[in-house]
Amino acid sequence: MTDAAGRNYCIRTDKLTRKFGDLTAVDHLSLNIPAGEIYGFLGPNGSGKSTSIRLICGLLSPSSGKVEALGYSIPRQAEKLKSRLGYMTQKFSLYQDLSVDENLRFIASIQGLPKKIRESRIRELRRQFHLEKNRDQLTGTMSGGQKQRLALAAAIIHNPSLLILDEPTSAVDPESRREFWEYLFELVGQGMSILVSTHYMDEAERCHRLAIIQKGRLRAEGEPRKLMSGLGAEVFLAHGRSDELIHWRKELVSHNDIPGCTQIGNSLRIMITSGRKNPEAWLSSTFPFLGKVEQTRPNLEDVFVKATHQDHIQEEGRL
Amino acid sequence: MIRTDKIRAMVYKELKQLQRDRLTAAMVFGIPVMQLLLFGFAINYNVRNIPAAWCDQAESVKSRQIIQDIQAGQVLDLQIQTRTPEELRQLIQSGKVRAGVLIPQDLSSRLQDNRSSFQILTDGSSSVVTGAVTSLASLPLYQGEHSIDYRNQEALPIQVLPLYNPEQRTAVEVIPGLIGIILTMTLMLFTAIALVRETEHGSMEMLITTPVSPMEIIIGKLLPYIGIGIFQTILVFLLGILVFRLPVNGRITDIALAVLMFISSTLSMGLLISSFVKTQFQAVQVSIFILLPSILLSGFVFPYEGMPAFARGLSKILPVTHFIELMRGIVLRGAGIAEMPLQIGVLLLFIVITMSLAWLRMRNKQLD
Ligand SMILES: Nc1ncnc2c1ncn2[C@@H]1O[C@H](COP(=O)(O)OP(=O)(O)OP(=O)(O)O)[C@@H](O)[C@H]1O
Ligand SMILES: [Mg+2]
Repeated sequence: MTDAAGRNYCIRTDKLTRKFGDLTAVDHLSLNIPAGEIYGFLGPNGSGKSTSIRLICGLLSPSSGKVEALGYSIPRQAEKLKSRLGYMTQKFSLYQDLSVDENLRFIASIQGLPKKIRESRIRELRRQFHLEKNRDQLTGTMSGGQKQRLALAAAIIHNPSLLILDEPTSAVDPESRREFWEYLFELVGQGMSILVSTHYMDEAERCHRLAIIQKGRLRAEGEPRKLMSGLGAEVFLAHGRSDELIHWRKELVSHNDIPGCTQIGNSLRIMITSGRKNPEAWLSSTFPFLGKVEQTRPNLEDVFVKATHQDHIQEEGRL
Repeated sequence: MIRTDKIRAMVYKELKQLQRDRLTAAMVFGIPVMQLLLFGFAINYNVRNIPAAWCDQAESVKSRQIIQDIQAGQVLDLQIQTRTPEELRQLIQSGKVRAGVLIPQDLSSRLQDNRSSFQILTDGSSSVVTGAVTSLASLPLYQGEHSIDYRNQEALPIQVLPLYNPEQRTAVEVIPGLIGIILTMTLMLFTAIALVRETEHGSMEMLITTPVSPMEIIIGKLLPYIGIGIFQTILVFLLGILVFRLPVNGRITDIALAVLMFISSTLSMGLLISSFVKTQFQAVQVSIFILLPSILLSGFVFPYEGMPAFARGLSKILPVTHFIELMRGIVLRGAGIAEMPLQIGVLLLFIVITMSLAWLRMRNKQLD
């Protein structure tokens, strides 16, 4: 799929909407996801990441709006997409009562790998994902990290052009997560397009591009670095005792120009909407109890907090 | 779309899982064996030594011979002799004995006239006793030229009035029906669970995004259970023949055809259940909901003739009712499958309807 400017996309959605009864799980989501990159969906629980992914895979039909994946109109042409799509479900979906090899063989036959190359491909994957020692182990008895590697191996067994991963690392330790992301970059290096959902900031930061989704709506979109530099807010740190900070925070977040305030140890991370000449002075004069404050660089969490802050105000107001 | 290599992969995977699932594997084998032995022996009561009394009003050589004969037969244990028929009746009523043999004064003239020669009074409240005594009465006790036919029982002063189980049953009669119950019990549940397991566990979501078609998934999931159903049927027949000397009067091909048709109807029921429920637990619940009437209303436990109209209506909807009739007809009466077009027709109709419903619900290769 190429647009007028010659850019290549693997997925395009247009006002994609999916309702479950009264709940709108995905709400007018319009995205152009470039091919050959890692694209991230960042969003809290229930924000509609999995539902969007299922709409893209053709597992669900949209209530309205359009989806195109690899140039196929979904769900109408979902059958055609299947042989070129690798999908790793949020929940581990291989068979716990089968061994590593049995699972891989099953997926290989289901994916239609020719018999001749089946065993060599499985051998290759076993080596690539360090599963040689586990080949006869029942999958149910493996560790979270090993299961994750196996699921990834199974998802790419047929060399798909598009790989979609739904929160692939939510059950593994930081070390395994790092390793997992190295695999993803390897795959992208081989020309695969990857869509990955996550609620980890550090993972989101490693994506080429990112969509921040909340309550089914797109809140921010772009390269992580640009999102951070274009935050539209300034971030300051104030220091104090933990018990003071709790009260300070309450007072600060009730102010309209402070979209976010987070306690980190003995400091408060305060975000102020841009547009003020001297935000530091304003902060000290409006909230004299803060004492000395220092400016710091915005991170992705700030982007996330700011992008989603409208709903937090509503929610806290309701409480 | 049906491709054999995909189906083979599904079947192989399913069998591997079955093999690892010890409990299910044990059930495949255990349920038929256990049920056959339980039902077979419980109903093939080889009853002996029923406490009994006798009243010999004839007091002749013949009458004493009859009493000796009955005693030797061991079905009745003649413990008390009474002087009057009234005493005999009281003994039965009070429960001291279960049966009474009454030989009338005019025994010899009755034998000559070929009238009912003597009576056995039974405690009709126990079907076991009645069954045993009735079978006793239908056997000629004397051999050779002294042979007397006692079978004419029209003139009994106390009728043999069994309160339960009015049809006399033996293991032989039970086995054909038991096959229907066993197949319903195991196959419907197994298929429903096997399919729901994929959905509940999340693997269906993965399968749907692969090039395997829904038809291939369903066929691949069902085939192993067709095999299991055939295995169970053969097992029950073999045990029935070896342990209970089940006579197989009909043609094997007719039996096979009927069994295959019934297996298909059970599988399609399981399939339909799986398309409606979300969890394996719900699948079990719904299966039990269907299993109970299948056992109680199919004519397996209570005879169809004794049911109220409502129950009869329900009974006629259940495929197992028709299967049991088919099996009794073919196996016991030696009927050909063509002689029972109604049962065949109902089974086929049931398969077509449930399969279509299930397919309508499952053909959409989507999650919702
Ligand atoms: N099949 C369904 N029926 C009804 N509601 C659903 C269904 N699937 C999802 N939802 C609802 O849609 C919303 C979005 O769910 P979704 O699973 O897409 O979120 P998510 O971002 O993947 O969350 P998580 O991080 O917890 O996986 C939730 O409120 C959820 O309850
Ligand atoms: Mg999710």
